[in-house]
Amino acid sequence: MNTPTTTLGILDAPAQTRETQLFHSADWFAHLRQQGWQRFQTLPMPTREQEKWRFSDTRTLSLEGYAPAPAPSEADVAKLLQRSQLISHPAGLMVHIDGHCVLEPQLSPELAKQGVIFESLEKAVKHHPALLKQHLLQHPVNLGGDKFQALHQAWLRSGYFLYIPTGVHVAQPFVSVQWTLAENSAVFPHALVIADDRAQGQVLDFHFGAQLDSRALAISCCDVHTGQEAKLERLSVQGWGQQTQSFQVDNTCGGRGAKIVAINAALGARRARLENTVRLEGPEANVNLYGITVATDGQEYDQRTLQIHAAPHTKSDLLFKNALLGKSRTIFSGLIKVEPDAQRTDAYQTNRNLILSPEAEADSLPGLEIEANDVKCSHGATTGQVSPEELFYLQARGIPLKVAQELLTQGFLEEVLSKVSHPEACDLLRTLMQEKFHRS
Amino acid sequence: MTPSLEIKNLNASIGERAILKNFSLTIPRGEVHAIMGPNGTGKSTLAKILAGHPDYTVQSGEVFLDGEQILGLEPDVIARQGLFLAFQYPSEIPGVTIANFIRAALVARQAKGAPFDAKAYYAQLYAKMDELKMDRKFTSRFVNEGFSGGEKKRCEILQLAMLKPKYAVLDETDSGLDIDALRIVSEGVNRLRGPDTGFGVITHYQRLLEYIVPDRVHIMWDGRIVHSGGKELALELEAKGYDWVKQELATH
Repeated sequence: MNTPTTTLGILDAPAQTRETQLFHSADWFAHLRQQGWQRFQTLPMPTREQEKWRFSDTRTLSLEGYAPAPAPSEADVAKLLQRSQLISHPAGLMVHIDGHCVLEPQLSPELAKQGVIFESLEKAVKHHPALLKQHLLQHPVNLGGDKFQALHQAWLRSGYFLYIPTGVHVAQPFVSVQWTLAENSAVFPHALVIADDRAQGQVLDFHFGAQLDSRALAISCCDVHTGQEAKLERLSVQGWGQQTQSFQVDNTCGGRGAKIVAINAALGARRARLENTVRLEGPEANVNLYGITVATDGQEYDQRTLQIHAAPHTKSDLLFKNALLGKSRTIFSGLIKVEPDAQRTDAYQTNRNLILSPEAEADSLPGLEIEANDVKCSHGATTGQVSPEELFYLQARGIPLKVAQELLTQGFLEEVLSKVSHPEACDLLRTLMQEKFHRS
Repeated sequence: MTPSLEIKNLNASIGERAILKNFSLTIPRGEVHAIMGPNGTGKSTLAKILAGHPDYTVQSGEVFLDGEQILGLEPDVIARQGLFLAFQYPSEIPGVTIANFIRAALVARQAKGAPFDAKAYYAQLYAKMDELKMDRKFTSRFVNEGFSGGEKKRCEILQLAMLKPKYAVLDETDSGLDIDALRIVSEGVNRLRGPDTGFGVITHYQRLLEYIVPDRVHIMWDGRIVHSGGKELALELEAKGYDWVKQELATH
C-alpha cells in the first residue's frame, strides 16, 4: 500500500496533492483528480433554499473532520474478508476497506478468455486508460450534488471497473463490497460498468460500516453504460454505519434496445442522499428503477431521480418504496424528462411511503417535463399508514402488534424485493431489513 | 363445570348507535352453536367485539373464555388465549405469503426464542391444505390477494385448522360460496369438531347447517338472543321466515 498515514483531512489541499502524487497514477488521471479538486473549491455548499435541496436538512451537512484512513491491519482484513462472503458463487468478488482494495477478483479463465474485465480502479487506470478516459466521470448531469461529486473526483482512487464485451453473457453476479472501518474515515467508492452490445450481466454492490454505528463520510459514484441490446441488473445496498453521511450519484445510460434493472436499497447512514439519473439514449431502451428504504429514528433519506428519454420508443419505469419508523424522514423528488425526439415514450414514476410512526415525515415531489407530443407518461405518489383492518386481521391470528406491523411493512416492500432476481442477494436484503426493523 | 365461552349481558355500540343489547350466550367446549338472524341484527358486530376489534365501544358486560375475562384485551392476546374468528370478509395482505402469515401466528404462540420446527410445520400445512383441496402453490401466494370468495374461506379454515383454537367463531362463512366450496369448507370444520373445541357459527341461512349440524340454534334479533332451541329450530325458521320471529316477539 502506498497511501501515507496522514493527519490532514479531505479538505486540505496538500493532502489531496500528496495522495495524487503517491498514487503513481497516469497523468490524465492526476489531471482528472486535480480538476475535481478545483471544481470542489469553487462550488458552494448546498442550502435548503435551492430547489434541488428542498426539504433536505442542510444544516447538519458537514465535510469537516474526515480523512482518508490508513490501510487496515491484517487482522481487520481477515475479519472483513470473512464478512464479505455474501454470495456463494460470484463471477468475481472485490473487497475494499476504507478505500483500500484488499481483495482483487479472480475471474475464471473462461471469463478472462472472453475478455471480461473486473478489476480495481487502481489497476484499471493503468491497464485500460482508453476505456476509462472515455467513460470515467463523463456525465454532465447534476441533480444538486455537484460539490460532493467534485470531491469524489478529487479523491478518486477506490472502486472497480467492470467490462463485459460484446455478446458475452455472464450468469453469476459480479460482487463488490466496500467497508468503512476507521472512525471518521472518508471513502469515495467508484463503480464503472460497461456492458457492450448484447452483453448480459449482474452487479451486486454492497456498502457497509464495519460497526453498526460507524461514523464516516462516503461519497460514491456509479456509472453504467450499456450497448445495443445489452441486459444488465444492478443491486446497490447502502448499509453504511448509522453515524455516516452518504452521498451517492448513479448515472445509467441505456443504448438501443438495452434492458436495465437498477435497484437501490437504503438501510444505513445517518443521512443518505441518492442522485439517480438514467438516460435512455438508444431507441427501445428499457429501464426499470427501484428504490427500497427502511428509515429508522434519526435517519434522513433524500432521493433525487431523473429519467431522461432522449430517443423514441423508450421505456422507463420507476418505483421507490419507503417505510418510515421513529423520527425519520424521506424525501423523494423525481423528474421525467422527455426530449423532443423521444416520441412514443412510456415513462412512469411511482413513490409510495409507508408511515409507521407519528414522528416520521415523507415528502414527495414528482415532476414531468415533456417536449414530445406522442408519449405515455404518468407519475404518482402516495403516503399512508398501515391499514387498521389489515392490522386487526393479523392481530386476530395472535400476532402481536409490532410483529404485525413488521409483516405488513415487509409485505409493502416485497413488491420491490421481488425484483432482485438473485435469490441469495434477495434473501440477504430481506434479512438486513428484518434486522434493522428489530433494532428499531 | 364444562369450560365455555360465556358472554354475559353485553351492551355495545358503534358511534352513537347501540348494537348489542344485553346480549348473553354460553358456548361450552365440544358444542357447535349456530347464531342465526337477519341482516343488521348485530351478528358480525358480536364476532368482532369478541375478537377485540377497536372500533366498538362496550358499555357493559363480560366475556369469559374458560373463566378468564377477555373483554378489553388486545386482539392478539385474545387470539392467543384461544379464540379464533373466521372473517366474513378476510383482508388482503399484499406481499405476505400464507406460509409466512400462519408461521408468524404459530411463532407468536411459542415461548420467546424457542426454535421453530419448519419441517414439521410444512408437513402439517401441506396435510391440511390437501384436506381442504387447496393447491400447494397457495403457500407462496399473498394472503387473500386475488382470491375468489371460496378460496378466501378455505384459507380461513386452513388457519383455523393450523391454529387449533379453543373456540372458533365463524362469521357468515357460507357467504359467497358455491355448493362445492360450501361442502369442502364444512367438512373442514367438521373435522375440527371434538370435545376440545367450541364453535359459534354465525349464519343468515339454514343452508350451512345442513353441512355443519349444530347442537344448539339461537335466533338473534335486534342485538340479543330471542329464541334458542335444538337443530330443528333452524328448519322451523327456514320454513316460517324471520317475520315469524318478529311476530313472536310482538306477541310476547
